[in-house]
Amino acid sequence: MTIGNLVTLKTDPANTRAAEDGHCLRLQQVNLYYGDFHAVKDVSLDIGARSITAIIGPSGCGKSSMLRLFNRMNDLIPSARVEGLVEFDGVDIYQSGIDVVELRKRVGMVFQKPNPFPMSIYDNVAFGPRRHGIRNKRILDEIVEKSLIQAAIWDEVKDKLGQSGLSISGGQQQRLCIARVLAVEPEVILMDEPCSALDPIATLKIEDLMRILSTNYTIVIVTHNMQQAARVSDMTAFLMVGEDRAGMLVEYAHTNEIFTNPKNKKTEDYITGRFG
Amino acid sequence: MKASNAKRRYLTQRVAISVLAVSLALVVIPVIGIIIYMIANGYSSLSWEFLTASPSQAGKAGGILPAILGTVYLMLGTILFALPIGVMAGIYLSEYTRANWLTRLINMAIVNLAGVPSIVFGLFGLAVFVLGLNLGMSLLAASLTLAAQALAMTITTSREAIMAVPKEYREGSLAIGVSRWQTIRHVVLPQAAPGILTGAILAMSRAAGETAPIIVVGAAFLVGGLPGSPFDRFMALPYHLYTVSAHIPGMPSEIKWGVALVLIAMVLLFNILAGIVRIKTRKR
Amino acid sequence: MINMFPSLKKGIGKTASLTSPRPRWGERIIEKLILFNGILAIAVLLGVFFILLRQGIPALIETPFYSFLFGTHWYPVSDPPTFGILPFFVATMWVTVISTVLAVPIGVGAAIFLAEVAPRKVADAVKPVVELLSGFPSVVMGFIGLVLLSPWVQNTLGLSSGLCGVTAGIMLAMMSLPIIVSVSEDALRAVPDEFRQAAYGLGSTRWEVIWHVCVPSALSGISAAIMLGIGRAIGETMTVLMVAGGALALPGLPTDPMMPMTAAIASGIGNAVQGGPQYHALFAIGLILFILTLFVNLIAARILDRQRRKFAAG
Repeated sequence: MTIGNLVTLKTDPANTRAAEDGHCLRLQQVNLYYGDFHAVKDVSLDIGARSITAIIGPSGCGKSSMLRLFNRMNDLIPSARVEGLVEFDGVDIYQSGIDVVELRKRVGMVFQKPNPFPMSIYDNVAFGPRRHGIRNKRILDEIVEKSLIQAAIWDEVKDKLGQSGLSISGGQQQRLCIARVLAVEPEVILMDEPCSALDPIATLKIEDLMRILSTNYTIVIVTHNMQQAARVSDMTAFLMVGEDRAGMLVEYAHTNEIFTNPKNKKTEDYITGRFG
Repeated sequence: MKASNAKRRYLTQRVAISVLAVSLALVVIPVIGIIIYMIANGYSSLSWEFLTASPSQAGKAGGILPAILGTVYLMLGTILFALPIGVMAGIYLSEYTRANWLTRLINMAIVNLAGVPSIVFGLFGLAVFVLGLNLGMSLLAASLTLAAQALAMTITTSREAIMAVPKEYREGSLAIGVSRWQTIRHVVLPQAAPGILTGAILAMSRAAGETAPIIVVGAAFLVGGLPGSPFDRFMALPYHLYTVSAHIPGMPSEIKWGVALVLIAMVLLFNILAGIVRIKTRKR
Repeated sequence: MINMFPSLKKGIGKTASLTSPRPRWGERIIEKLILFNGILAIAVLLGVFFILLRQGIPALIETPFYSFLFGTHWYPVSDPPTFGILPFFVATMWVTVISTVLAVPIGVGAAIFLAEVAPRKVADAVKPVVELLSGFPSVVMGFIGLVLLSPWVQNTLGLSSGLCGVTAGIMLAMMSLPIIVSVSEDALRAVPDEFRQAAYGLGSTRWEVIWHVCVPSALSGISAAIMLGIGRAIGETMTVLMVAGGALALPGLPTDPMMPMTAAIASGIGNAVQGGPQYHALFAIGLILFILTLFVNLIAARILDRQRRKFAAG
């Protein structure tokens, strides 16, 4: 790691999102274990800034576990252990002395099941900024509005900001959760099967939203839905369970290539629906 | 033959279920009976003077204000110590420890301490607070004793209320760079608050009715005036009831019933309050 | 193109470095406080046992354990004093046995009725009454026993005094009913519905389903309920202090006046000189009570844990 990388971190990330060679997130020879269980095996890949990367694969292949490497959400599982190098903006995020809270502020996450807090829509979005010390009502109003606009839900909720975040539909809840993440101005948004609990129309809305957001954010999405990966992503990583039940990276390439001209036979089998 | 067999089976069923119904009646009817009887007998002694005056003629006349106040102070003192420690211990056990043999041991200790006889806590309080810390037979020592006893309850209810908060809420907060403590403070605790509150109210209600420990740590039957400081000796309703009913010959029976009625009203009021909080939360 | 994403960084402030964590002093202090209180609570819980040991052991050195446990004379103020707690121990056994014999059939019967027979509405109406009973302070139960039950027991059994083991046992039975009812009911409700449906499908009557399917499946939970009820009866103080009669002699019959262990502590502690032989002897009784109730509760917890796992796996 060079000093230059450290310096870029302290400057405005809007201008220097990516490290020098253009990648934003990087895995190098990464292994993840839960106790004795080898969940992710020997994965290496680089993810570019301001793009959408889809992680696909059959269920149980370690997609979500891999996603959770990037914001150290696996830390919450006591038996989890990580080997190898995980970099964000050129910084090894598993080295000692890393501020995990700061990391998660910059690498936000949206979950499979919409999980708005049991409080008002406004308070849901303002939650992050408030915790990070913003008290000024005017600034908060501004952040809430901007975030809800970015999450393409403003028009639907602007008249009921005081209502409970649980009172809106599932698709709206998920966009509210995205707004909640946007409100803390992350650089990366990790999405763990964000549409699996939603109906097709709500799914399309989220996908449109992702396309728009990708002009400014790096998005990594785990999905079991291949069409979704094909529709929204720039790059696609295909994961599979090996013989030892550990998840490993089979192929990583431009989405077009993966879906039209996969290099690996297994990828082709999966894409064409022969298994999974 | 077949028909009579079926008949017998249904007869057995009818008899058995009647026996069950009688069992339930044996549980319920005495409770209702006691409450009605208590109200009927104690009602006549409830007067403004009874509730607001000090006892006179060795408790045979006058009121029971010092005992009521003593009990209120004891409830407040108990919760003052037992709630913060209980909640923080509950947070510690649910959020800051990992499941291992030590946490299992601690959990086992807490569960079993809830079953330790109250008189044993009295002995503990006598040795530690009254004599060890030299607090004497005071309101403070009694509060601390009752708090030690209530701890098992406040810890258990807080921990359960905290653990009942879905992990999705914690993840949602942590995933936007909110620290663990802030997540607990702003997401977990507000969700767990009704459960913690229910436990606190029940602990107070129990402290109000607890008698054996305060006999050991020195409740008094009669003290001149109202308790002025935490270091004063004190009267308390349950101890007053014990003394007037078991130790003072010639005590007018209205006084006994009156004391019993006031005590049970206080205790049940808190129980009902806890029930209301619980029902309200369940609806939400 | 309009900039859709104007930075709001003025509010959030410059992003801090990942590699040099902010100290967050306030949080560290609070987390230390939480840790401290967690340890404090555990210390109190362990302290109870420690204090009983420390204050009780001297008595067991002074009076050999055997004669302490099996001695039939308790003369704390004679010279030299004699401490034999067998009368108290036997008294505790008497009242506990009477309580259990009465409370178990009634409590379990009521629980079965609530869980399996009563319509939901009836169960919902009755449960608060049972919970109300569990809220009754023990001194109130003692008072009821004193003024209402003991004259009745005296007349009915033709005794010279109504203050005796039977009266205490009946009151204790009432006091242990709520826990027996609620834990047994929970155990019955935890029995999967498939079991019942399977039995109905074989042409069983409702009672046969209850008796041959539900009760056997819930048996471990019901036995835990019984253990908890026994624990309650052993540890109860005020009721037995007020209505058991308070005699120091070894009780031969349940109708004798007697003094269970808890009552012996409560009535003796006021006269015991701090650090004197009687003081330590009373702590030793406390220690025995502690171990006894711990034992009973541990068994109950064990059974409940096993039952929970059984249905979780199934």
